Amino acid sequence: MKSRGPARIGLYFFLICAALCFLIPLYVMLVTSFKSLDEIRLGNTFALPASFTLEAWRAAWGTVCTGVSCEGIRGGLVNSLRIALPSTAIAIALGALNGYALAFWRPRGANFLFAVLMIGAFVPLQVMVYPLVRVTALLQIFGTLPGIVLVHVIFSMPLMTLLFRNYYASLPVELFNAARVDGAGFVRTFVHVVLPMSPPIIIVAAIMQVTGVWNDYLLGLVFAGRDNLPMTVQLNNLVNTTTGTRLYNVDMAATILTALVPLVLYFASGRWFVRGIAAGALKG
Amino acid sequence: MLRRSSAYVALLPMAITACVIYLGTTLWSLRVSFTSSRTFPVDTYVGFAQYVRLFGDDRWLLSLSNLAIYGTVVTIVCLVLGFVLAALIDWQVRGEAALRSVFLYPYAMSFVATGIVWQWLLNPTNGIQEMVRRLGFPEFEFDWIVDPDRVIYTIAIAAIWQSSGLVMVIMLAGLRGIDPDIWKAARLDGIPTWRIYVSIIRPMLTHSFATATILLLTAVVKLYDVVVAMTLGGPGTASEVPAKFIMDHLFGRANIALASAGSIVLLLTIAVLLAPVLYLRRHAAGLGSR
Repeated sequence: MKSRGPARIGLYFFLICAALCFLIPLYVMLVTSFKSLDEIRLGNTFALPASFTLEAWRAAWGTVCTGVSCEGIRGGLVNSLRIALPSTAIAIALGALNGYALAFWRPRGANFLFAVLMIGAFVPLQVMVYPLVRVTALLQIFGTLPGIVLVHVIFSMPLMTLLFRNYYASLPVELFNAARVDGAGFVRTFVHVVLPMSPPIIIVAAIMQVTGVWNDYLLGLVFAGRDNLPMTVQLNNLVNTTTGTRLYNVDMAATILTALVPLVLYFASGRWFVRGIAAGALKG
Repeated sequence: MLRRSSAYVALLPMAITACVIYLGTTLWSLRVSFTSSRTFPVDTYVGFAQYVRLFGDDRWLLSLSNLAIYGTVVTIVCLVLGFVLAALIDWQVRGEAALRSVFLYPYAMSFVATGIVWQWLLNPTNGIQEMVRRLGFPEFEFDWIVDPDRVIYTIAIAAIWQSSGLVMVIMLAGLRGIDPDIWKAARLDGIPTWRIYVSIIRPMLTHSFATATILLLTAVVKLYDVVVAMTLGGPGTASEVPAKFIMDHLFGRANIALASAGSIVLLLTIAVLLAPVLYLRRHAAGLGSR
């Protein structure tokens, strides 16, 4: 598959142009966030900042109004962390347990449940969102932290279960059988045999889940309640419900702050992120 | 036997989620869609009246046609662009890892952030239009985001930027699974490169195309966040979409029966769209993937 001279130059030319196009939004976000509002009014959106200022970042972090209060986006960051961490831990624990039971124990009817779950992954959230409001209200957790965590765990269960089931199915079944011959039961086999072999898939699952929960808007808007609004909801409030002058530089700084956690996770985790996409998509 | 019972206990959360939540809430919404419920669910059944009302509602019809345009554009452009990028990267280019990161990073960003960035880029007074005008084309116009007839395409642009990398990753995995001997054989026969891609490689990647299409279509039907962040359904109602119609009627306009009817229509839409792709994918599994 080697090509010669001009074709190869054309190839690189196209790829570099495409890469630049993909980078423009990130570039514009960054330069805008370092400009003063006066400079933005001059209109050179794509130019580098003439005078570099952190004013917008300070405002976005600590003083801008986000609909609930005027303490910047940092409260949203804390809320998103408080939502994402338990949602990830519980979802992974349940996913691992489900995957383990499905791959090794195969109880009767489990495949039917799994099929329902897999089909459920395609059902638009809008079908389930109102009944779930009633369910969480009934459990008296609507608009609370446990409420939003529960909802995230529910909606991530298909992907988490799929990831762990497929991973465990690829492990040699002899290990599992050996443990059973030695008299180890459901829990002991899980803890002593299966769990020690799980770190790779746990990392993949954690990356997918943190990114998914962090980037959610709809569930946070409906289920989190006023005191727990995640960063995405506060960002949207900040940008789209402000009255008076739009502070474009603050908007962009706040957008970068909101996107920072998944972006850092993405760039730091490299191939793990891609592995997660492949594991969730290709074998499904 | 006793041990197997532990497995049943372990699967209890999954059983509840699958049966009560996924199955139960869907049936519940189906039932509500046949009632005259407004703020709270009631048991007065009105048959298909909500569906009739829904399809007499201009805003819903506009939402559906917007979704159709958006879905067609996003799916086709993402598949083509993702495939082309993957095919080019597959030519043993230098800096492959860096290029892949660049094409995939938008996928790590939320739809809200995506919508806000593109709202800023497409804003006629500051964004791309103004930049091109300053470059010496004062007549240049690119104000689609405030043009009721074209605003839905701007939302498609943002989504394409966000999702093309996903398609690229899936296609690249498929391309890497193709036997290099096929290339050698085709080369020996003197078949031009583009022809090899169109007539030999593309059919071999049916499984990858189907997978990417499923992921894209599932996301298309859920379209909500980008619209809220980018246009709020405007200008006017020009960029309304079904998911937003449903959310507005559930929580703003207190008409849960009409909203439920809309959500069931959305569910049927995704079922009808996905069924042939899933069939194709299953059929291709024996041929294309291996």
